[in-house]
Amino acid sequence: MIFLELFWTFFKIGAFTFGGGYAMLPLIQAEVTSKGWISEESIVNFVAVSESTPGPFAVNMATYVGSEMGGVFGVGGGIFGAFCATLGVVLPSFVIILIVAQCFQKFQSSRVIRGCMSGLKPAVIGLIASAVISIGTTVFIPNGFMWEIFTQVRTYIFLGIAALALVLGFKKLHPIIIICISAVLGIAAGYLGFL
Amino acid sequence: MKFSWKKLWQVFITFFKIGAFTFGGGYAMIPLIQREAVENRKWVTDEDILDIVTIAESTPGPVAINSATFVGYRAAGFLGSVAGTLGVVLPSFIIILLISYVLREFQEIVAVQYAFAGIRAGVLALIIKALWGMYKKCKKNLVSYIVMAAAFVLAAFVKLSVLPLLAGCAVFGLVTTLIMERKVQK
Repeated sequence: MIFLELFWTFFKIGAFTFGGGYAMLPLIQAEVTSKGWISEESIVNFVAVSESTPGPFAVNMATYVGSEMGGVFGVGGGIFGAFCATLGVVLPSFVIILIVAQCFQKFQSSRVIRGCMSGLKPAVIGLIASAVISIGTTVFIPNGFMWEIFTQVRTYIFLGIAALALVLGFKKLHPIIIICISAVLGIAAGYLGFL
Repeated sequence: MKFSWKKLWQVFITFFKIGAFTFGGGYAMIPLIQREAVENRKWVTDEDILDIVTIAESTPGPVAINSATFVGYRAAGFLGSVAGTLGVVLPSFIIILLISYVLREFQEIVAVQYAFAGIRAGVLALIIKALWGMYKKCKKNLVSYIVMAAAFVLAAFVKLSVLPLLAGCAVFGLVTTLIMERKVQK
């Protein structure tokens, strides 16, 4: 039952995403792309879409994956799939915050929570670093490693785009502008026959 | 707390606006919440906003959901938290639903495929930048370096599952924190 699976998968993702935003990527890779639901390429494409649309990354991602997976059952299936996945990703935070709102003082001074967080925060950083490796693989060597990639123009074009985007990012240019520039460069390189 | 439809509607519409106008999500939302919920509506205080950030950092889930649930609860009880959460989620939900259909229609076009090939390289850079930002914010001591390195190696090369890995790191953090605090006490 795909709808139940969507709900449960995103419930787990919602319950284990600490730090918000891209902290979700390693979990998406583990729970969504590894099941073959959606290709890693589509997920990376969607990160760009999510950056360019309002709303939290987690909700955007859940709605997108739900709609894609349910979409095979028609428009209604797409909407219901999106609903199941979004409900799943939202529910853990919702319940936990309701509990915390009741006993905030105790929560704040809890050594157990502080201790767990001191392990979780650096873990998320390590996990995102591993997501970067895997996304780098998708960008540069989508068909597996071959020595030819070092002689292919496209490798250097992608390296150039990534380097430019990184510089612009650290210059505090808005992500949407960076995405637009990357898109234009991609289209130009494509029509010049480099891709 | 006195029940009122008007207040629920206000909570809903306030967070609907916040959900519809924050790009990138997360902490970008905090100033907006502050203006709407503290200055305009007086549902919570500036101090509450600080608390929300603290809570959001030590509970799972997106900051947007955490703060909508919390502020909604403070403003109008349980139903308020439902209204706030629903409000903040609904704009993304509708927009992404529409976009996912559009994406499916357009992804066959060659120009779009070229554009996304470029975009993927750009997104890689955006994620690296976010990673750098998180690294800078994280407390740096022996334990955090060990956990970072272990999580990276175990996920990237050993291909250990993410959920047990996170659970293990939480336990490791807990144990080291308790041991260190005991030492300080002695």
